[in-house]
Amino acid sequence: MASFTVVKKEDLDAELEKGPKCVLRGQTSDLGCLTRQDGSVSLSQGDTTSIAVVYGPAEVRINKEKIDRATVEVIYRPKIGLPRPNHRKQERIMRNTLEAAIAANLHPRSSISVVIQETEDLGSNLSCSINSACLALLDAAVSMNFMVASVTVAIKENSDMILDPTKRDETEAKSVLTYVFDSVNYQILTIVSCGKFSRSEHKKGLTLAREAAKSVFQFYRESMSKKLLMSE
Amino acid sequence: MAAPIGNVVIPGDSFSLMQLKTPDEHKKILLGPGLKEEDTEIKVLRPGILRYRKPGVYWVDCHHKRYVPSKGDSVVGIVNQKVGDMFRVDIGSSEQASLSYLSFEGATKRNRPDVKVGDIVYAKLLVANKDMEPEIVCIDSYGRSSGMGVVRNGGFLFHTSLNLARKLLNPQCVLLKSLGNRFQFEISVGVNGRVWVKAGNDIQTIALVNTVIASEFKDNDQIKEMCKRISKAVSRMEVD
Repeated sequence: MASFTVVKKEDLDAELEKGPKCVLRGQTSDLGCLTRQDGSVSLSQGDTTSIAVVYGPAEVRINKEKIDRATVEVIYRPKIGLPRPNHRKQERIMRNTLEAAIAANLHPRSSISVVIQETEDLGSNLSCSINSACLALLDAAVSMNFMVASVTVAIKENSDMILDPTKRDETEAKSVLTYVFDSVNYQILTIVSCGKFSRSEHKKGLTLAREAAKSVFQFYRESMSKKLLMSE
Repeated sequence: MAAPIGNVVIPGDSFSLMQLKTPDEHKKILLGPGLKEEDTEIKVLRPGILRYRKPGVYWVDCHHKRYVPSKGDSVVGIVNQKVGDMFRVDIGSSEQASLSYLSFEGATKRNRPDVKVGDIVYAKLLVANKDMEPEIVCIDSYGRSSGMGVVRNGGFLFHTSLNLARKLLNPQCVLLKSLGNRFQFEISVGVNGRVWVKAGNDIQTIALVNTVIASEFKDNDQIKEMCKRISKAVSRMEVD
């Protein structure tokens, strides 16, 4: 049975007036959501969702073969239409990030390919894609030196920080920063920035994102425990 | 703090060598899949459950679907190509394995074995190295087939996760025993997650395949119960 909730405009405004949001939106994951792939996950962060699948270590095309390490490929599929240059850029960012995490030297002359299908982009899409890729790699049990977690921070005109911004927050913000951290020392792996921001704002955003990344790693651990202990 | 044996570990976790050793029991430790030694630390590479076996073997038990060859494994493969005096066999790894026509029981240069493209073979890995092409053989070191070779006369081949294949081969698993009490069938299980089954008729074969797939997350009692139900259902269908 469907039900409708009437949301008044005053309530909505009051919700927005509450000030900067300093918690991540709720995360849910469905590991092994597809059966044919080596690893798959459907991850949602708030209303932003994406599906990531992993094949590998699998056969590699001769022209992409690397003699001493596995080739990491990332393919991003947008919700509508064909991949465009901005998606290619996103693929490049994700590939560079994941290459650092995957222990590629253990599987020379093979390919580890990650395919990410955007299913709903309602803010912090790059973070959601990176996190889903990492979870899919965990699901496939690909050897990794560490895990990665990504958090997006939006900086408003009045230099307020919004963690894990929605689409609306992103468009209203003066700048949007996406940080990626490793799971061992919580060091920065990647920063993707857009817009103007001062050094102190960047510093503040970084501290905020780093704290939030710890909760993402906790989420990874819980998801994996749930999956692994099921087969016990 | 002792190493978290029996608990879930994920990549990036690490513990010191001291945590693994128990003082007087043993001196040497052996690290299995999913663990790596780095300086004085043991690092976890794969998500899974940390396991320990006496005297000092540690490994991470993880859920895999992709096979990575290791020496001595028994695998089920599909012959894909014939190149000179070699066959190329798909065993589910990143590279196709090679199989010499001389590595069958009783095969000589004059007496070639009858192997065609598309055949299923049950074989053992002779060479498995990350830098080399895997090589499989269908004879043991005495030159006897000991159950290996081409698998013929119908049946059905399906893919499972590597965990399920290992579970079937585990002597403590009751699935094959309790199915064997009720049906007559042949089965070859490769640790590469490929399973070939053949029973008396198609209904039984389909039922067996579904039972094996359904048993992945079931314990022994549940498996016994399921086998009972399946055999009842099959006998009813065969009457119709």
